[in-house]
Amino acid sequence: MAQEVLLMKGNEAIARAAILCGADAYFGYPITPQSEVLETLAELKPWETTGMVVLQAESEVAAINMVYGGAATGKMVWTSSSSPGVSLKQEGISYIAGAELPCLIVNVMRGGPGLGTIQPSQADYFQTTKGGGHGDYRLIALAPASVQEMADFVELGFKLAFKYRNPAIILSDGVIGQMMEKVVLPEQKPRRTDAEVIEQCPWAANGKAEGRKPNIITSLEMDPQKMEVRNLHLQAKYREIEENEVRYEEIQCDDAEYLIVAFGSCARIGQKAIQMARAEGIKVGLLRPITLWPFPTKAIQGYANKVKGMLSLELNAGQMIEDIRLAVNGTIPVEHFGRLGGIVPGPDEVVNALKEKLIKH
Amino acid sequence: MTHEIIIAGFGGQGVLSMGKILAYAGLMENKEVTWMPAYGPEQRGGTANVTVIVSDERISSPILSSYDVAIVLNQPSLEKFEPKVKEGGIIIYDSNGIIKPPTRKDIKVYRIDAVEAANEMNNTKVFNMIVLGGLLKLEPIVTLEGVVKALKKSLPERHHKLIPMNEEAIKKGMQIIEEVK
Repeated sequence: MAQEVLLMKGNEAIARAAILCGADAYFGYPITPQSEVLETLAELKPWETTGMVVLQAESEVAAINMVYGGAATGKMVWTSSSSPGVSLKQEGISYIAGAELPCLIVNVMRGGPGLGTIQPSQADYFQTTKGGGHGDYRLIALAPASVQEMADFVELGFKLAFKYRNPAIILSDGVIGQMMEKVVLPEQKPRRTDAEVIEQCPWAANGKAEGRKPNIITSLEMDPQKMEVRNLHLQAKYREIEENEVRYEEIQCDDAEYLIVAFGSCARIGQKAIQMARAEGIKVGLLRPITLWPFPTKAIQGYANKVKGMLSLELNAGQMIEDIRLAVNGTIPVEHFGRLGGIVPGPDEVVNALKEKLIKH
Repeated sequence: MTHEIIIAGFGGQGVLSMGKILAYAGLMENKEVTWMPAYGPEQRGGTANVTVIVSDERISSPILSSYDVAIVLNQPSLEKFEPKVKEGGIIIYDSNGIIKPPTRKDIKVYRIDAVEAANEMNNTKVFNMIVLGGLLKLEPIVTLEGVVKALKKSLPERHHKLIPMNEEAIKKGMQIIEEVK
């Protein structure tokens, strides 16, 4: 049966998708521009239907530690916030990554630094992909560019988080969170039973079965020799994720002489910009990283000898550009264009930047 | 066919909900739609605007630099968006909020006295539906039936009794919009 096409905000789509994919608990604290996530959950009252727990914590710090606790039991738990709130969660995220627990974090980015503005931004790229908390850890980072992807990436994020016992993050922004678009939601899946959780998560601390050793969930290790082994294990896991989980989209790249690299809302603006540029005879394509970590390094590298230059389009002062430059390793010019502090550029500004920064070279 | 529209005015005028109904109506007619509010610490009296795109094709950017139609319901919005109407495009304004009307000669300028008409209907709340009617008269982006279906879909059941009044307001808007030469 064809599923119903609905119209809703990205934030609402995330909340609905989480209920539908059988999530067990949400812990969060409201902040613009993601408050509709918690609002939607409060309105839908999933605790009365699927039994999903929804709790407004006393702070972001409390919320992420509730996620840590819930994840330790093998439950599907998640949280959402926006930039300043996600900064508060960083200690907990590092602990969760260190303890190798699956969970889903959503960041609907706003302008920073500090309390910044409440308008869209992508300035948390470094925080997300380079480890915002302490220690050598990685988050599986998904960047949705539509309301449909906001919904789809909830299930994908949980799937990857459980597959690798690693936190996953949906890195969105105020544009995708606040805009309304068409979306088809998944069908309702039941929450896993306790027996299923025990079977699927033999590592979880959810009651010791007779005959097995206790499962200890911790990120603490007093012996540096053992801690190094643990780190090497994490690094081996990260290499495996880099090998298997890179996702990206290519739009009109086949004949492109220039490439715009952009994620999330900027990928949408970039699509309009390439249409406008092509109408003027400029052959430009768009490569959209869907996973920001693992980054599509090889795909970008593959264009280094095909295009004359790349433009990194980001709502920040130039963060992803560093990963693009590493990928092409100095072979072609890579320039950055972006607006800051909550300002979103129009597609005409992108076309102008492309001409001024790359084509004039 | 793609319609790129900006609706701008004061918070409380129903700018965002007018855009929402237009987007919903597009959905009802199986078109592609985006609704992107310029959100902020909005409150009654502050400025508000929303970009609505209704298209037969997949929509790229929800953020635009120029528009086919600008509906401006106060002076600051007119000043901000008149320069951003595409050549040959349309600007619609309500004389009530406008001291200096549009001056561009390369676009079509329309006036709709929706505040006055809403007052005559003894219901200031249907103001935005009157304006929507004016827009649909000029640009049949969606049908009146589509809008009624959208209202049924987007309004809670308890408000469905208000739909005929909204329909009447849309028809009123279709009658009273006039070109300014």
